[in-house]
Amino acid sequence: MTALDVLQPERPRALAALMGDAGADDRGTSLWRGAFLRLRRNPSAVVGAVIVLAFVAVALLAPLIAPYRQASTEWIDQVTPSSVPGPSPEHLLGLDPFGSDLFTQLVYGARASLVIGVVSTALGLLGGAVLGTLAGGLGGWVDTLVMRVVDILLSIPSLLLAVSIAAVLGQRPSAIMIAIGAAQVPIFARLLRGSMLAQRNQDYVLASRSLGLKRRSIILGHVLPNSLGPVIVQATLTLATAIIEVAALSYLGLGAPDPATAEWGRMLVKAQDRLQSDPHLALLPGACIAVTALGFTLFGEALREALDPKSRR
Amino acid sequence: MLRFVIRRLLLLVPVLVGLSVLLFAWVRALPGDPARALLGEKATPESIAQVNEQYGFDKPLLTQYLTYSGRLLRGDFGSSPRTGLPVLGTFLERFPATVELSVSALLFAVVLGIPVGYLAAKRAGGWLDRFFVAGSLLGVVVPVFVLAYLLKIVFAVGIPGPLHVLAVLPTSGRQDSRIDATHITNFYVLDGLLTREWDASWNAVTHLVLPGIALGCIPLAIIVRMTRASVIDVLNEDYVRTAQAKGLARGLITRRHVLRNAMLPVTTTIGLQTGALLAGAVLTESVFAFNGIGSYLFDAISGLDFAVLQGFILFIAVIYALINLVVDLMYGVIDPRLRAA
Repeated sequence: MTALDVLQPERPRALAALMGDAGADDRGTSLWRGAFLRLRRNPSAVVGAVIVLAFVAVALLAPLIAPYRQASTEWIDQVTPSSVPGPSPEHLLGLDPFGSDLFTQLVYGARASLVIGVVSTALGLLGGAVLGTLAGGLGGWVDTLVMRVVDILLSIPSLLLAVSIAAVLGQRPSAIMIAIGAAQVPIFARLLRGSMLAQRNQDYVLASRSLGLKRRSIILGHVLPNSLGPVIVQATLTLATAIIEVAALSYLGLGAPDPATAEWGRMLVKAQDRLQSDPHLALLPGACIAVTALGFTLFGEALREALDPKSRR
Repeated sequence: MLRFVIRRLLLLVPVLVGLSVLLFAWVRALPGDPARALLGEKATPESIAQVNEQYGFDKPLLTQYLTYSGRLLRGDFGSSPRTGLPVLGTFLERFPATVELSVSALLFAVVLGIPVGYLAAKRAGGWLDRFFVAGSLLGVVVPVFVLAYLLKIVFAVGIPGPLHVLAVLPTSGRQDSRIDATHITNFYVLDGLLTREWDASWNAVTHLVLPGIALGCIPLAIIVRMTRASVIDVLNEDYVRTAQAKGLARGLITRRHVLRNAMLPVTTTIGLQTGALLAGAVLTESVFAFNGIGSYLFDAISGLDFAVLQGFILFIAVIYALINLVVDLMYGVIDPRLRAA
């Protein structure tokens, strides 16, 4: 602890980090390194990070963890219309209505969620970054045009936007990812634009301009990297939304056509008619969705707090 | 005031024009030819020819768009190929149900959310605060229809065993069919009050409880977080300290200074929630077989009924814009400083 910290105990740590003097323990830190150090001290960030890491590990190592092949329907003769076999030594959590091993399906479901979440968020981020940079960087009529389109898209709830886009793309596995990603584009675009506008009048921009830098390199090399903080936070939170929205789209009957696909939303929906006899078929994938979304949300919010100098929450 | 309203309504025009262009392009981007997409599986050569004639799909694009927007202006949203009924007529008939449901959900979220958020802010950092914040996170991460099913199983269908006593609420619909109620406005609760059929009203209310809670949970979570953050901000303001210093009664400070100032961002949030609420209604209404526009849209999505989906998106965009206009007008009520602007 430095003398400064004693004098100003109430001083927001993030602000201190922004000014480059986050205390003796993280000397010489950048904004991101300071944020990392603060995240480590925040219990909900740690919980979120543990959930996220566990989820990613399960998704990547699915073939090693799962005892059987995914979407294998070889035990279908043990499933009757009124009940499915419960836990047994061969099947840790029993079977699902399609005669697959439930535990295997849940493990591979993590993989499906990770792929859908990451790909759709990346698509949304990329699309939003292009639009947001155009609007926030160029300003003028480009800004007006882009933002009007964004306003229009924002007046459609994102779930409906995703449904409309999925309808255009037809029944293929990639449709859901593109649909969810595209539905996030207006949100990212607006966020990045706002964040870039806030940077535009900063001294360093003025300095680069007076040094004779070209507009393109000021925008791409200076303003954009400095505006990415809120966008990255939003991306973490979007991963949670994407995982929940996949489930909603599955519920609406969109998505991969094969009913036995190992995907949490799909599994949940297919368990509907067995809710009274075998509620665990719906509860387990539901819990997986909720816990994973919780992990990304906790981590995202903690990241927002760590990066936001004004945050008092 | 009037000028403000008129200007805001005029600003809606470009948004609607843009939206109609997007929807127009959307129908053309659907797989297959547009007439077939609009008609769905039941398309016959005759009906395709008829739709082509009606919409002018064989004419140049600009002519097509003008015909299309002309039809929209006349309030003609087309007919659903599945039911054969006009889209707008069905919307208007079913809209009161969704309004009842959304109002119940918002009521639940606001009545519970603002006090909880306030309490959490007052005890910021304490265990009660942590509990509320964790609970509100849970509200956001559980998918709406999962929650709807859980509520339905526990409180309507009943789980076997001692907890079966909890199952006291109706499982589905807007009113028991045994009740022979007169419907004037199609707002069932209101109808019962108007005709003094108290039973009918009460019955409709019991049907609103579970779907209302299921739909209200996400807005509740967001309102709790927003209220909490906003109240914490205001509590740190100098004028609150001044009010405390001059010995103002605590209740008076809360009502006149803290809540009133803290409500501004919360009101915005509530307004922004309405769009998501209408989308959530699609999932909730289908779980509870609640005959509003949500379940209508659910059937439209699963039946790939694009005529309905197209009309619904326009309809929602208009409602969303109008609600946010009302929210902006409410600022004036909450904050006198904004009245002049």
